[in-house]
Amino acid sequence: MEKMPAWADAVLVPLFSLLLAALLSALVIIGIGEDPVAAFKLMVEGALMRSAGWGYTLYYATNFMFTGLAVAVAFHARLFNIGGEGQALLGGLGVALACLYIPWPHWTLALLGSTIGAALFGAAWAFVPAYLQAKRGSHIVITTIMFNFIAAALLNYVLVNLLRPAGAMDPATAKFPEATHLPTFRDMFSTADTILFRGAPANVTFFLAVLACVLVWFLMWRTRLGYEIRAFGHSESGARYAGISPVKITVIAMLISGGLAGLMALNTTQGESERLILNMTEGAGFIGIAVALMGRSHPAGVFLAAILFGFLYQGGAELALWTNIPRELIVVIQALVILFTGALDNMVRMPLEKLFAMLRKGDV
Amino acid sequence: MDFLTMIQVLDSTVRLATPLLLACLAGLFSERAGIFDIGLEGKMLAAAFFSAAVAAMTGSVWLGLLAGIAASMALSGVHGLASITFRGNQLISGVAINFLAAGMTVLIAQDWFKQGGRTPSLMGGGRFNPIELPFAEALSGVPFLGPIYSELISGHTFLVYAAVVAVPFTWWLLYRTRFGLRLRAVGENPAAVDTAGVSVVGLRFAAVAICGVLCGIAGAYLATGLQAGFVKDMTAGRGFIALAALIFAKWRPWYALSACLLFGFLQAIALRYQNIDLGAFTLPVQFMDALPYILTVVILAGFVGKAVPPRAGGEPYVKER
Repeated sequence: MEKMPAWADAVLVPLFSLLLAALLSALVIIGIGEDPVAAFKLMVEGALMRSAGWGYTLYYATNFMFTGLAVAVAFHARLFNIGGEGQALLGGLGVALACLYIPWPHWTLALLGSTIGAALFGAAWAFVPAYLQAKRGSHIVITTIMFNFIAAALLNYVLVNLLRPAGAMDPATAKFPEATHLPTFRDMFSTADTILFRGAPANVTFFLAVLACVLVWFLMWRTRLGYEIRAFGHSESGARYAGISPVKITVIAMLISGGLAGLMALNTTQGESERLILNMTEGAGFIGIAVALMGRSHPAGVFLAAILFGFLYQGGAELALWTNIPRELIVVIQALVILFTGALDNMVRMPLEKLFAMLRKGDV
Repeated sequence: MDFLTMIQVLDSTVRLATPLLLACLAGLFSERAGIFDIGLEGKMLAAAFFSAAVAAMTGSVWLGLLAGIAASMALSGVHGLASITFRGNQLISGVAINFLAAGMTVLIAQDWFKQGGRTPSLMGGGRFNPIELPFAEALSGVPFLGPIYSELISGHTFLVYAAVVAVPFTWWLLYRTRFGLRLRAVGENPAAVDTAGVSVVGLRFAAVAICGVLCGIAGAYLATGLQAGFVKDMTAGRGFIALAALIFAKWRPWYALSACLLFGFLQAIALRYQNIDLGAFTLPVQFMDALPYILTVVILAGFVGKAVPPRAGGEPYVKER
């Protein structure tokens, strides 16, 4: 049977999956006795109608872009990196060490240093699962899940026993020095008479995330390495025949993936809390899976999906504030998006393919 | 550590190992049939909530248990639909199920009970109560063996004994019945099973359903046996520890029992002692928390005996045309 056109595969399938997820979410909201239309209005109101709302939406979107790209790059090599959470936690450690122990003169230099720290630590945490997958055949999904838990325990230990300032009660590092604080959207876009993005945590890291989208696109579709990663993902035997080393590609793809997940910590740790706290990822590592699936592992798709999830996150917070709908609604929506765009993909695709086949017959 | 402390630690080992064991056997059925299941956590969580909710509303723990099993089986159905019927990615489906359970349980708990995503505390008939084995009281005076019998072996809830019995039963079902042979075959070489005229889809759905039942019991035990009621995210990674135990046991029932007891023991130690002083250095509690996962990675890496999963695991079966 003839496949449906590429545009339909790229646009219609995710769109229908999203509609299904939205429909079920609306049913869930009705089920708990709330009005889905009013809820949606409130979400739009809170997330998109004020600059502060956008400030939160884009702040969350920054996290999801990094973790979404991380999952996407691994997907291209047909690796499922479920360990974004752990890699981001370690990235946070890299940021904290860079910010706390190096006396930076200016935030630009500090950002450069902490970027390297975050990427290095995140990549290092992805290295062991990657190596074990490539050399010993240990299933990368299981090892990265295990590494999430190990990372959480490790960070807990480091924060409680090593980096916590003397006398402090909560497990967190000291505040980062003034010179490392990143400019927020409010600092950047407010003029003397109008203050924009009041109190919102979006910061300069957002532009770094957009840059990362562009760079990943360039890497995957304009460089030899990107070609090798994609070729490996399409057919391991084919890639091997073409002289591409599976070990090398597996490890490199996972290093890039882990590094990208680690970069997420720049936004939360250096940009927002300005110290390393326990649970700084807030599940963003897992949302990356939904974002990458919805964005079809393409950076442009990841960008849009990340903003959508940023909107859902901020809108969900507004819902929790003003209605009886708990924040966990977002977790449900996220689950439905993963289910429909990831696992039940064929359920949407098969009828669409049939439809297109019928249309084509009609033409002839 | 004196004798009585040791008995107490082992006693809590048994209690903590029970949900791991049930979930581990659940995963064993599913993965032996070639369906990877990283949604054990979510199924347990859903079962924990619905069992506690129904037990709280009706006052009957048995109705709660049934509700828990039903909830877990519903999620199993979703997993089967995604990974068997529509041949989707089994791992992604598992991830979705985990999030679905994490979100839905809190949403429904808030809607039904308005207590911030928990159920009311269970009392009386709403919980599984400890069962005193015969002569436990009378024999407790006997030196050494007395305390072992009355403290360690006696005085657990019904589900603990059920979990222990499930191990030989699983072994018997998998290795001594025709169904078990076919189930194992479908995880290794589904095409061969299909050629023999046995339905691959049917077998896999059966395996996924058994997985749902066992996960349901595991979740119900968490909320109605181990603790009295449901709290948000109460499985706390147990589904993944069970997965780790499954790999540790190399997908075999008796080894699953020992792996779960080992991981349960680690949890019991971590619960009782915060940091363990070994003289030269102190073992931090976080290390104990991470140990099951570290051990699993070591096993997976194949440095201490190689863990080989069922050959057709994770692959959707496409019938030849």
